[in-house]
Amino acid sequence: MLPAARAAVPAIALDGSTTVGPIAKSFAAYFMKKYGVPVTVSESGSGNGAKSLINGSCTIATMSRAMKDKESAAARKKGFEPVSHVIALDGLAIVVYPGNPVSSLSRAQISAIYRGTIRNWRQVGGPDVPIVVIQRESNSGTQEAFKNLVIGKGVPISGRAETQSSNGAVKNRVSATPSAIGFLGLGYLDQSVKAVAVDGVVPSVKTVKNHTYPVTRPLFFYTAGQPSGYVQKFVELSDTAEGREIIKELGFISL
Amino acid sequence: MAEERKAGNAEKSAFVVSARKRLMQKGSKAAGEFLLLAIASFVAVVVLFIFYFVARDAVPFFELRGFREFFTSTDWYPADDPPTFGALSIIYGSLMVTLGSTLIAVPMGIVAAICLSDILPFSVRQYAKPVIEMLAAIPSVAYGFFALVVLAPLLQDHGGPILKWAWWIIAGPFLMLLVVVLADISSARVENQSFRERMNLVLTLVFGGLALGLLYFVGSFLGELQIMSGTNALNVSLILSFMALPTIVSVSEDALQAVGRDLREGSYALGATRAETIVKTILPAASSGILAASILGIMRALGETMVVWMASGNSAHLPEPWYNYLESVRTLTATIAGDMGEADQVTGSARYHVLFAMGLLLLGVSFICNLISERIVVRQRKILSGR
Repeated sequence: MLPAARAAVPAIALDGSTTVGPIAKSFAAYFMKKYGVPVTVSESGSGNGAKSLINGSCTIATMSRAMKDKESAAARKKGFEPVSHVIALDGLAIVVYPGNPVSSLSRAQISAIYRGTIRNWRQVGGPDVPIVVIQRESNSGTQEAFKNLVIGKGVPISGRAETQSSNGAVKNRVSATPSAIGFLGLGYLDQSVKAVAVDGVVPSVKTVKNHTYPVTRPLFFYTAGQPSGYVQKFVELSDTAEGREIIKELGFISL
Repeated sequence: MAEERKAGNAEKSAFVVSARKRLMQKGSKAAGEFLLLAIASFVAVVVLFIFYFVARDAVPFFELRGFREFFTSTDWYPADDPPTFGALSIIYGSLMVTLGSTLIAVPMGIVAAICLSDILPFSVRQYAKPVIEMLAAIPSVAYGFFALVVLAPLLQDHGGPILKWAWWIIAGPFLMLLVVVLADISSARVENQSFRERMNLVLTLVFGGLALGLLYFVGSFLGELQIMSGTNALNVSLILSFMALPTIVSVSEDALQAVGRDLREGSYALGATRAETIVKTILPAASSGILAASILGIMRALGETMVVWMASGNSAHLPEPWYNYLESVRTLTATIAGDMGEADQVTGSARYHVLFAMGLLLLGVSFICNLISERIVVRQRKILSGR
């Protein structure tokens, strides 16, 4: 009975952001249990998610940034309009080593650190050690969001910045490097790193929800055209009580 | 008579093969040869095809952006608007970690090979060589994980003392040897024997004092160093050298073995000690094989991706100063691996083709190195066979 039913419904495939990944996976587990529809989740970065959606190799692209004009144009060329669904909010925490005495930075200071004009913790009220700057790969939506929200468009990040390929890798490096600074999705924040206050506001569920924390971004599901059937049900999970519970548990902020 | 003839006929017929059988034999021989030729040429064609396809996608980049930016600029911002594709710092990063691992792996590998082939007893060698070769069996991602999770924090927390001890252990014996040799050479021309011995002693003490001072001075300088980020060129060079070691040791050892008993025994018969035999007879005879082994090891380091991707820090800039191995670097291989996902093959942008340009560069360098090592091996074979 079940195999036959399963064969009748097409699988839902998700691909994209490593930030949205935990939500997508929990949604998928919940959805499979509730409806018996197979859902697969891959995490290859927001840019790759958009590409997969355009190529037709996934049903839903999970993205931690809005689609770029180029990407929507490519989708239209393939004959469909990408439709965005905001499923949750995420704060980008600026993190340092737990033993770092610096606990507050302005956006201008963070920007200067990433552009390479501030190179020593002394310049922002810390000890006299050079700053190890850690960023993400260029296909990361987190990187894109960080650049837009903190540094501003078109301003390059210094070539000295080290590059890591996932939120987890950034956290790992910052937690092991006394002079490091990095950025993470709020959901990845734990005791192993210290989040600094940005413009005087400490990142938390509350400050992200009431929009006082400045480095906040929406998280998206993108579908090819308006979704229907199970895909629609999946996308709308974020509006249900269970969906909100999942989002909250994972450290993100539901709408 | 008749019986004899009969016997003769029977003998003859044992050698006579029917025409059909002969044809079949010829046919299967031709088929077999053709099959072998096809397989061999298939491999060659695959190599040519790789070259062709990489070059085909690399050429549009140079058409779009020219050569100058790629080879002379250090601004690597392929995702920005407008993008810049200065790969100089990335090429430099590749050279840096390759050179670093060569400096560690080649001397170590050659010494280990000499030890295996001429110094250790046979029974020990039987166990030691497979163990060294086992280094090659460890997957590179495991090396990378080790570099990122164990070596990087270790370098950050205890980098100075580690470097200091490494300096003492490596430079100590080397300087000691140098002191003895220098003292011997400087006092060799003195005629009076007792005076010569005294002068030798004094010189040894003087040079020894200087060497100790150097050891201490550099050691304390290294001990004071604070490594800010453990994911740096030094970390990667160390790990890459361990990955290149099995190749270098194994191929060098084969070259040393190939020198043969006759040369060794000839040397001993002339009254040479084991040290003289190794340095003056065996090493020169095996030198080209050892060189080929080193080139193979270098290629391994240049082409390695996973370790550098995980542990080099991937920051596209020239270290300051240029020889600073304690800064993080980005290599060609890591850039190709990291940027492939973002590169758009549908629209065929410069972003996509630049990765093939890097691939072509790597392919070209390793092709040239392979040719050189091939030539060296052929030359050695000629020399050894006495032609």
